[in-house]
Amino acid sequence: MTTKLFGEPVRRREDARLIIGQGRYLDDIGSGAYEAAFVRSPYAHARVLDIDVSAAMDVDGLLAIYTYEDLTGPMAEPLPVLIPHPQLTAPRTGYPLVKDVAQHVGEPIVMVVATDRYIAEDAAGLIEVSYEELPVVVGVDAAEAAERTVHDDVPDNVAARHHQETGDVEAALAASAHTLSFTQYFERSASMPMEGKGVHARWDDADSSLRVYSSTQASTSVRAAIAAKLELSMEKVEVIAPDVGGGFGVKIVHPWPEELLVPMAARLLGHEVKWTEDRREHFISSAHERQQRQEITVGYDDDGRIAALDVLVWHDNGAYTPYGIIVPINTATQLCGPYDIPVYRARVNSVYTNTVIVTPYRGAGRPQGTFAMERTMDRIAQALRIDRALVRERNLIQPDQFPYDWGLTFQDGRPLIYDSGDYPAMMAKLKVLVDWDGFAERRAAAEARGKLLGIGMAPYVEGTGPGPYEGAHVQVLGSGKVLVSTGLTSQGQGHETVFAQLAAAELGVPMEDVVVTTGDTRRFGYAVGTFASRAAVVSGNAVALAARGVKEKALRIAAEVLEADPADLEIDEGLVQVKGTPGASIPLRTVAVLSNPLRYAFDEAARQATQFSGPGDDSKPPVAVGDAPGLEHTDYYSPLRSTFASGAHAVVVEIDPATWEIAIEQYAVVHDCGTIINPMIVEGQVHGGVAQGVGGALYERMAYDRDGQLTNASFMDFLMPYASEVPDVDIDHQSTPSPLNELGIKGAGEAGVIPGSAAIASAIEDAVGRRIAAMPISPTELYDLVRSDAERVTNSSPHDSGAMA
Amino acid sequence: MTEVRTERAISVVVNGVPREATVPVRWLLSDALRHGFGLTGTHVGCEHGVCGACTVLVDGQPTRSCLVLAVQVDGREVTTVEGLSRSDHQGGQVLHPIQEAFRECHALQCGFCTPGFLTTIAAGLDARDPSVEITEEEVDEMVGGNLCRCTGYANIKKACRHAAATMREAATPTEMAISAGDEEAGR
Repeated sequence: MTTKLFGEPVRRREDARLIIGQGRYLDDIGSGAYEAAFVRSPYAHARVLDIDVSAAMDVDGLLAIYTYEDLTGPMAEPLPVLIPHPQLTAPRTGYPLVKDVAQHVGEPIVMVVATDRYIAEDAAGLIEVSYEELPVVVGVDAAEAAERTVHDDVPDNVAARHHQETGDVEAALAASAHTLSFTQYFERSASMPMEGKGVHARWDDADSSLRVYSSTQASTSVRAAIAAKLELSMEKVEVIAPDVGGGFGVKIVHPWPEELLVPMAARLLGHEVKWTEDRREHFISSAHERQQRQEITVGYDDDGRIAALDVLVWHDNGAYTPYGIIVPINTATQLCGPYDIPVYRARVNSVYTNTVIVTPYRGAGRPQGTFAMERTMDRIAQALRIDRALVRERNLIQPDQFPYDWGLTFQDGRPLIYDSGDYPAMMAKLKVLVDWDGFAERRAAAEARGKLLGIGMAPYVEGTGPGPYEGAHVQVLGSGKVLVSTGLTSQGQGHETVFAQLAAAELGVPMEDVVVTTGDTRRFGYAVGTFASRAAVVSGNAVALAARGVKEKALRIAAEVLEADPADLEIDEGLVQVKGTPGASIPLRTVAVLSNPLRYAFDEAARQATQFSGPGDDSKPPVAVGDAPGLEHTDYYSPLRSTFASGAHAVVVEIDPATWEIAIEQYAVVHDCGTIINPMIVEGQVHGGVAQGVGGALYERMAYDRDGQLTNASFMDFLMPYASEVPDVDIDHQSTPSPLNELGIKGAGEAGVIPGSAAIASAIEDAVGRRIAAMPISPTELYDLVRSDAERVTNSSPHDSGAMA
Repeated sequence: MTEVRTERAISVVVNGVPREATVPVRWLLSDALRHGFGLTGTHVGCEHGVCGACTVLVDGQPTRSCLVLAVQVDGREVTTVEGLSRSDHQGGQVLHPIQEAFRECHALQCGFCTPGFLTTIAAGLDARDPSVEITEEEVDEMVGGNLCRCTGYANIKKACRHAAATMREAATPTEMAISAGDEEAGR
């Protein structure tokens, strides 16, 4: 049998080129390209009065300057609202270049193209823009107050009022034995991939066609957007995502202004043009996420079982809503996590501020939702003086409740129905992994050392693998090489490896023979994109289906040659053979040659398929009716609805009461993404997610001042974790396969980040005995908190919880 | 304007090959390597010296190529990620143990920060006595100055230990042979 591939920690194929410096990232392309630089708004809210380019015109090497006035046709119209929604009643998007009013610091106003970036920046620096400053709105509280407005025609600053409910929450709350109400805050962070965005465009004048490379998560849709905006026919535009240096959500948004302007300039100038985003540009003009104010009311009984949950969220969507209300929907629909909550209502008001747009960053609204739910659980446990784990366990959806239909609508427009899971087993594993019940001794030992130790936990459920679809094309060449392509893009997740594993396993060929292409519209034109932990689920199943189609055809052709029943054939190590009959075989590569009846013997292998090469069946045409030449197959996987992965994190923090430094002593993860294709890659995803969760909980924030200036727009000031800040992670896996797809796969990409802030807040609160109602938290803030009159909090230890309950 | 556009000729040994180039004096070393010499393995992540993706070795020392002007390396030796491997006698490429270890330990995902980690760790490993077991403090020192947004660093640290172990084995062939022999004898 072919070496087992599915489920094995196969080493990554991507790495061979990346460890020797032979990757091909956006800025590695087009060494002769002209380069673009942008004049961006220095004000958070300002009317552009005049743009004086005269001083820049003398710069040697300057090629072109573009302002809004130079945009024509669809380019002069607002950027698209990518995901319309009936509750997004006041959608607003910017223009590729500011038309009249800049709505946040960093919005592009002028594009300069020159022979290189240095010169482009010289010229950009000489352009004088005069502004009339306008009142600025920063933060959800100011947006809600609406004393000042972002968009003149949106007087309440509300873009959308998203509302979903499963019953009469007010009645259920009124009938509850106990209720609690509280408010909490969650700050902004950002995807912050190590490679910023970038675009390279080449116009072929003779062919009137455009080739665009973009560091994107959605090349097929970028292609469609460019074609629409530049009024080109689709077949004249090809878009390729080369090696992409991380995405985490920010590169799913499109078309970014630069993705349209750079191709426009390439066409107008008849020359390659490139723009590579620098780090400051990334901070002030790419997307952020996560700021919310959450007002929560919960009703529960004497045992801590929740009867009703009512959540009102004020969500900061930044200056525009190009990505619709996906993040608010995720918060609203994923908030309840693994809990069986009889009556639930979520209202999310998505509001405008004069800040960078808010679109999905890994987790995409779920970290905030989990923060809301898990802090609620802690409060119930504290109010009833029962163990925090126990109150969670009492509320879990039980294994026999699947499929669990929430009666809500998920972010893909489909019903929110949990497909499978085993949350009690997951929580049991977590308690063992972190030694929840033995914590009292550890805390005592730490106290003896003069340190404060605290423990916290947070489970979550993540809807992954949403549709509408992905597709794949699999082709066996006469050389034996197997080409696999899918339109979905890659940003480091290891798709080349896992799709090769799937195709090789399905087809019975050595993995070395498989070549995978992703995100290249020349190879596969129909795709949605890489987001919502969907690649393995959706493209993975499409690759398996396409490979199966190829196998079926191969067996049919081979059966004729071998004069056998296709059902008696198998493919192993690239050889089609009759099961149990050694010697009765034909190489798959020969089947590929024979699949394409030929007139011309262009090479030695091709001779076998030419018209005089052997006796044929004269009663049938060379290519049967309904058949096609070539050993290839295209197939699509379109899921009925999303599949729901789950997990639970537990954290032990140690706090030094002299410095209030917060150190993570232990980080434990139980993770369930159904059937695993490559455990090495899944663990890598968990590690990376946890690091981002820790960053979001303890270090990262977007520090806007009240004028809308981002005061920490550099890696000097925006603190992303180094190795010294990221704990070792103990991982335990559980696997409840999805019944929705044949491979049983659920997504794994975002999971690791989701419960970080919730679990860490719980652990810090446990350590210091003060209410944590806002995240992230720094040592300074913690110091201030313990010295303030903040609410005192006592957690019951696991040991006395039974008695107390 | 004329002042800033001045160019200057430099001689620099890049990955063991003497190179001559005329570069604008304001060009960063990272830009000269990438766009002048075509060595795009060196990546630029922040252009303010914090992330470490652009780290190259100047006279063997890890150096952030975004904080150095190209003219400053005149007369010096620069090693980039492309120069970490060496040729074997058959004309093939032998990767540095840390390059092998990155692949073995899944120490990279998107690969953008990887060249900076590889050059930094390679310099650290090459500078130490390979026969001594690596300590966690040494690992933290070699890994701790660069940013990675994908991996959470666990596997980068693992790769660092793995490469040190490989180098240790290579550095103590006699001992290994003896211990293997002992094992045989003991059976």
